[in-house]
Amino acid sequence: MIEAFGLTKVYGDKTAVNDLSFTVRSGMVTGFLGPNGAGKSTTMRMIVGLDRPTDGEVLVNGNRYVDQGAPLAEVGALLDAKASHPGRSAYSHLLALAASNGIGKARVSDVLDMVGLSDVAGRRTKGFSLGMSQRLGIAAALLGDPDVVLLDEPVNGLDPEGIHWIRGLLRSLAAAGRTVFVSSHLMSEMELTADRLLILGRGRLVADVSMAEMTAAATPVVRVRTPQADRLAQLLVVAGADVTAPEPGLLAVTGSSAADIGRMAAHQQLVLEELTPVHPSLEEAYLAMTHDHVEYAADSIGATTGRTAA
Amino acid sequence: MTTTQHTTRNQTPAPAASVSVATSRATANAGVTSRRVVRSEWIKFRSLRSTRYALAAVALAIIGLGVFMAIGEVVAEDVSRNGTVDALGGSLSGVGFAELLASALGVLLVTGEYSSGSIRLTFTAVPRRLTVLVAKAVVAALTVFTTAMVSTLLAFTVAQRLLARDDITLSWTAPGVPRALIGAALYLAVVSVMGVGFGWLLRSTAGALMALFAVFYLLPIIEILLPASTGDRIGPYLPSNAGSAVMRLAPGPLLEPWTGFAVFVGYALLMLAGAALVLRRRDA
Repeated sequence: MIEAFGLTKVYGDKTAVNDLSFTVRSGMVTGFLGPNGAGKSTTMRMIVGLDRPTDGEVLVNGNRYVDQGAPLAEVGALLDAKASHPGRSAYSHLLALAASNGIGKARVSDVLDMVGLSDVAGRRTKGFSLGMSQRLGIAAALLGDPDVVLLDEPVNGLDPEGIHWIRGLLRSLAAAGRTVFVSSHLMSEMELTADRLLILGRGRLVADVSMAEMTAAATPVVRVRTPQADRLAQLLVVAGADVTAPEPGLLAVTGSSAADIGRMAAHQQLVLEELTPVHPSLEEAYLAMTHDHVEYAADSIGATTGRTAA
Repeated sequence: MTTTQHTTRNQTPAPAASVSVATSRATANAGVTSRRVVRSEWIKFRSLRSTRYALAAVALAIIGLGVFMAIGEVVAEDVSRNGTVDALGGSLSGVGFAELLASALGVLLVTGEYSSGSIRLTFTAVPRRLTVLVAKAVVAALTVFTTAMVSTLLAFTVAQRLLARDDITLSWTAPGVPRALIGAALYLAVVSVMGVGFGWLLRSTAGALMALFAVFYLLPIIEILLPASTGDRIGPYLPSNAGSAVMRLAPGPLLEPWTGFAVFVGYALLMLAGAALVLRRRDA
């Protein structure tokens, strides 16, 4: 379990993390979602004591990180894939880490097997691809068989097979009762793995929701194209739906299913040229949530300039 | 704490997938101790070519230059006939160059971690940073001392053999000889610790090497430029002078051998203390 209490980090005149309080529970995968620059990595660095909070504190299993007797057995962290000396072999890199925490050689070989790097264990990491470095970083995180696993953007640079593997790994860790905390800036990545989401925007907590709540929040929309748009819109509004008209002859309807709209049109003998249920996109729901919290919004998108400036 | 966790962990059903499996054997005795951190730093040391080469270069400098000087004494026969060969036969001539290499070695142990980013992983594994700071200093001091000790003994032995052909006897027991030979190795060990200290303070290889250069080569020049009265008073306390007193055979303007060395060790410890202060507060 990870508990943050009023966690704040200020660099110079920039507040990277602002009064963040949350709990990451064991036995599930918690996604840490937010645009680039939202403060995800800073928060993760504070969890493992690399950065000192300006204010507040964060506890792992009830203790400050610096007070952990066997840090690697408590927390396994992948913060930066390229965190091994390029001149050292993958095996020696892990062996040195293991030795500091009294973890045996057998475990080093085990984790190398797990991440599929056994064949290149003796090679210097200089020649490793980003994907291989990422796997090495994950091996380091698993070294102490930790209770809490922190992974910062773990799928970066992984091939599809690697991404699939990582999802399985996260699920199985959660199933084994571990605390799994994974950051990403992509909702699509979280959709398939996370049980719960912490959404961060500009250093503040924007949402702390379960995946189910997130899905529910993403309201389905039905696109209806009809030459009698005005007539149908009136009927739908009377029936209690929300209707907008993005362009003449096109309606976007929320609060009514495609089946109901079709039935209503047939009953009133209205012509339908298109009736498309637009599946709820978590990406859109997430973007809507973080919209006002994006650090570097593209000003060229005319419609958004007004809001991001606020 | 640890035991309760392992109990609960063992009660949870094993995961279906083959990926992660808790082998309680692997991490049963897990925990950070100073000894383990030193071991970890030793593994890091010996698994890098750059540090191994730097250590080999220290040995090569001491033996190579030491022997070279001894050969020089043999060749310059008039010198040897006049009996001006010192009791060491010039066998410590390489120490001045080895000092550069030993300090660079100390620097690299620290700055290599900053440039590669592995320092974050190191501090994640050992959040008590002071332990890492001390462990790196210990590994630098022990490896450099051992290498330098063997090298100075070898250089002296070779010089002894070479000069013996010219009927010049270098004695192991001549006044100051054992002290100078051991002192040279100790001096180089402390120099490498200073390298470690500058590495922590400055985090960049170039910066730390510049700082060391300033301390060992620029300070003595400044001393020369000072008015004689001031220079003479400060001179013996300069790090390089204080430290090298332990290797001198003849008493000179320097501090007493072991007094000078103690002052030198004091500088190194002060630097480590400064580094420790900075390290505690700094974000990694």
